[in-house]
Amino acid sequence: MTPRPRAIVWSVARHSLLLAGAAFILLPFVWMISTASKPQTEIFTKSIHFIPHSFALWDNFATAFGKANLWRFLLNGVVVTVSIFVLQVLIALPAAYALAKLRFAGREVLFALVLFCILIPPQATAIPVFLLFHQFGILDSYAALIVPFTISAFGIFLMRQFFKTVPDDLIEAARMDGISEFGIVWRVMLPTAIPALTAFGIFSVVAHWNDYFWPLIVLNSEHLRTPPLGVASFRNEEAGTNYGPLMAAAIVIIAPLVVAFLLAQRRFIEGITLTGIK
Amino acid sequence: MVAPAFTLMCLLLLGPLLGVIALSFTDYQLGSPQFSWIGLANYQDMFGDRVFWLSLRNTLTYVAIVVPAAVALGLAVALLIESGGSFRAWYRTIYFLPVMATLIAMSIVWEFMLHPQFGLINGLLHGIGFEGFSWLQDRRTALYALCVIGVWQALGFNMVLFLAGLVSIPRQLYDAAEIDGAHGAWARFRLVTWPMLGPTTVFVVVITGIRSFQVFDTVHVLTKGGPSKSSEVLIHTMYVEGFEFFRSGYGAALTVVFLVFVLLLTLVKSALANRGVHYV
Amino acid sequence: MAKIELNGIRKTFDQTAILKGIDLAIEDGEFIALIGPSGCGKSTLLRIIAGLEPQSSGEVRIDGVQVDGIRPSARNLAMVFQSYALYPHLTVFDNIAVPLRMRRHSALARMPLVGRLLPGRARTEHGIREDVERVAAQLELSALLKRKPGQLSGGQRQRVAVGRAIVRQPVGFLFDEPLSNLDAKLRVHMRAELAQLHRQLKATFVYVTHDQAEAMTMSSRIAVMIEGNIVQIGTPAEVYENPRDIRVAEFVGSPKINAMPGVIREDRGLEVLGRQLRLNTTAAAGRCTVCVRPERMELGHGPGAIAGIVTHLEHLGAEAFIHVKVDRIDLPLLARVSPDQQLPEIGSAIHLGFSANAVRIFDAAGKRIDVTAPARSERVREKALG
Repeated sequence: MTPRPRAIVWSVARHSLLLAGAAFILLPFVWMISTASKPQTEIFTKSIHFIPHSFALWDNFATAFGKANLWRFLLNGVVVTVSIFVLQVLIALPAAYALAKLRFAGREVLFALVLFCILIPPQATAIPVFLLFHQFGILDSYAALIVPFTISAFGIFLMRQFFKTVPDDLIEAARMDGISEFGIVWRVMLPTAIPALTAFGIFSVVAHWNDYFWPLIVLNSEHLRTPPLGVASFRNEEAGTNYGPLMAAAIVIIAPLVVAFLLAQRRFIEGITLTGIK
Repeated sequence: MVAPAFTLMCLLLLGPLLGVIALSFTDYQLGSPQFSWIGLANYQDMFGDRVFWLSLRNTLTYVAIVVPAAVALGLAVALLIESGGSFRAWYRTIYFLPVMATLIAMSIVWEFMLHPQFGLINGLLHGIGFEGFSWLQDRRTALYALCVIGVWQALGFNMVLFLAGLVSIPRQLYDAAEIDGAHGAWARFRLVTWPMLGPTTVFVVVITGIRSFQVFDTVHVLTKGGPSKSSEVLIHTMYVEGFEFFRSGYGAALTVVFLVFVLLLTLVKSALANRGVHYV
Repeated sequence: MAKIELNGIRKTFDQTAILKGIDLAIEDGEFIALIGPSGCGKSTLLRIIAGLEPQSSGEVRIDGVQVDGIRPSARNLAMVFQSYALYPHLTVFDNIAVPLRMRRHSALARMPLVGRLLPGRARTEHGIREDVERVAAQLELSALLKRKPGQLSGGQRQRVAVGRAIVRQPVGFLFDEPLSNLDAKLRVHMRAELAQLHRQLKATFVYVTHDQAEAMTMSSRIAVMIEGNIVQIGTPAEVYENPRDIRVAEFVGSPKINAMPGVIREDRGLEVLGRQLRLNTTAAAGRCTVCVRPERMELGHGPGAIAGIVTHLEHLGAEAFIHVKVDRIDLPLLARVSPDQQLPEIGSAIHLGFSANAVRIFDAAGKRIDVTAPARSERVREKALG
C-alpha cells in the first residue's frame, strides 16, 4: 500500500530510535562488564574505552570472591527465595481452593480481606513486624527474612482466580473417588495449576531475590546476607574504590536471574507482568 | 483450609497495618520499657520538621518526573516495537533487562558511571566539550540522577504492559479505521490505539506511581538522602527514623503519610477503571 | 455506482496459494454473494477488493479504473465487518460520524482543542450532524445515538455498522460475514433488512458468507469459491439446480445432495450402484458420480429401484427426512418427503427411485456431464430409475 521508499524510511527511523533507547538501557550492563574486565590502572583513567587493553576479568572475579563471601550470599539468596515460595504455596493453595470452590460462612468477607491485603505495601508493615520479631527474639535469622513473606495475599488471589476456571466436575469426580479435601488441593488442583504457579513462582523469586529493604532492616550478621545486601556491604566495607572487583561482584549477583530470564524470556515476562492483574 | 492463611494475614499484614496506625499516636522507642499515648504529637512534630517537608517534596518531584517519563517512554517503545516486524523479541528482551537485574547491584554500577572523575557519563560529556557534574554529590543534581535511574529501571516493565495491551486491540478496528479514512500513524493512534489502551494506561500510571512512592534502594545506596537532604525521600526518612534512631512512633507517623498517598493512587485507579464501558 | 472487475487475482502467503487466479466481473448495483467453505479464500478476496491487503498479482478495477495501490478509503467502498468493528469508546453518533469527519475535516481540524478554533469547522460539523441523523432515522437508530456500542444488542450493533458504511454514500459495499455473530432468529430478520437496504440503495453489494441460506435468499448472483478458485457463478437457482462441479453440488443445498457411485459405459449408457439408468451421455467411459437432491428422491417399488433399510427418521414438522442405508455406500441416502404421508418404520426395507431430470452426473474429475434421455422417452418426468 504505502510506497516502498516511505516504508524504508520508516523502518530506518524505527530502528534508529529503538537502538538509541537500547543503548541507554544497555549502557550500565556494558559498562559493568567492561569495568569488571579492566585492571585498576585502566579504570582510573579519564579516557573512555570499552574494550580493556589488558584483560583482568578473572583477576577481578578472584578478588571479589576472595574478599567477600559471594558464594554464601548466593546460597542465602537461594535458601530465602525458595523457602518463601514453598511456604507461600503451602499456605496460599488451600486458602485459594477454599475461596474458589468451597462454601462456608464468611467467605466473601475473607475474600474482601485478601483483596485489601494486596494493596498493603510491604514498607507499611515494616515497623510493627520488626517490633514483633524483636519481641520474639528472631531478628537476624533466616526466619526473620522468610516469615513476613510466607503469606502472599496476591498469591491467594491469583490462585483463586485460576481455580475458579477449573470445572466443578473434576472436584466432584475426585470426591466420588474418595479423595479428601486436602488431597484434592494437592493431587487434583495443584497439577492443573502448574502454569499459573510457575508464573507466580517467577514473580515471587524475582521480587525476593532483589529485595533490599527488609533484609537491610532485620540483618546484622554477615553470614546471613542476601545477594543485594551482600553486594552493598562489599561496596561499603571492602571495595569503596576498588571498582573492578566490585563490578565483578555485581555481575555475580545479577547473573542468576538474568541468565534464567534470557533462557526463558516468555515465562519471565508473563510472571513479572502478573502484577498486571492486581 | 483457610485457617493458616487467615492467621498469618492477621498477624503479618492486617495486625501490623493497624499497629502502625496505633503506633503513630505513641512515643514508643525500641528498647524503652514503657510508652505513652501522645495523640497527634508525632504528626505535629512531623509537620513542623523541615526534613519531612523536604522529603515529601522530593518524593513528589521524583514521582512527577519518573511517572510521566517512564509511562511515555514505555508506550513509545511499545508502539515502535509493535509497528514493525523485525527484531521484536530482541528489543523486548533488551528493554526488559533492567527489570530483572538486581537494582542494588545496578545502582552501584550507576554510581560508578556517575563518578565525577572517572565516570562514563562525565567522560562522554567531556568528549563533546561539556563540564561534568558531581552528579550524586551535588545537591542540584542528586535527585534528578536518581530519577534517571528510576526511569531506566521502570521503562521496560511499562513497555511489556503496553505491549500486552496493544496485542489485545482487535485487528478489525484498524481495518475499519483504514476504510473510514484514518490515514497515517497519528490518525490511527487517535482513533483506535489510544482509546483502546485507556485501561492499560490507567493501570500503568498507577502502578508506576505506587512504585515511585516506594523509592528507597537507590537512595539508600547512592546518596543516603544527601547531600544536605536534597534527595531525601519518604521511605528513606521512615527508615532512618524507625530503624536507625529507633523512633518507632515517629517512623509510624511517616508510614501513615506514605500510606495515604498510596491509597489515593489506588482510589484514582478504581475511579478511572469504572469509567468507559468497553465491549469485546 | 460501481462495476467491480477482478482480473487474475492471485494471493500467496508464505508459499501457500490462497487465491489461484480469480476473474470476476461484478455489475453495477448487483448483490453478489461469495460463498464457500472456510479457508477457501473468500474473505481474503474481499479484503483485496477493499484494499486492506495487496494481491500478489492481478488487478482490481472499480468503474474501469485500476485501483491497485490506492488506499482503501479512496476506493470509495464501505465495509461491514464480522465483529462490526465499532469503536467502543465512541457513541453511536460518533461511530457513524467517523468516516465523514475523516473526509470533511482537515487533519488540523481533527486535532483536540486546536481544531475547535478553526473557522468553518462548525459548519462542516453541522452538515455531518444532518447526515448522521438522516442515516440513523433510516436505520431506526435515532433513539440510540447517545449510547455506546457496549450498551447495544447484537442486532443494533449490526445496524450501527451498516450506518457507518452507508453514511458516506460509497459506490459499493463489502460485507464480511456480517450476520454470523447473531442468533438464528435475528439472522433471518437481518437478512430481510439487508435485502431491503440493497433495493433502496441500488448500490453494488459484495457479500461474503459461509452460510448458503444467506447467499440464496439475498443475492442476485452467487460465486462459489473452493480452494482459491471460483468454481461457479450464477443465480441462486442456477447454482442449486445446475451445479457445474460436484463440490458446488455438495456445498450448496442442505441437507447435502445424495452422491452415488456410477459408471459410464462404452455404449454411452449409465449405471448407478450396478443398475442401469434410462439416460445416455456423450462423455467418455469411466467412473462417475450420480447426484440427486433429497427432495427429488422418491419412495416406490419400481423394478429398478434401489433397495435399502431405513436407519433414521427426522420429522421436522413441515418436512421429514428418511435416512436409507444402501449397500456399497457408506453414507445413508436422504429422502425428503412430506410428513403427511405414511412414514416407513425404522429398520424397514424400502425402495428409492428418481426422475430423469433429477439426476446430475459428474465425471471422475468432478466436472458436470450432460446427459440425455433416450430418444424413445418423450416425457421429461419419466423416471430414470425405479
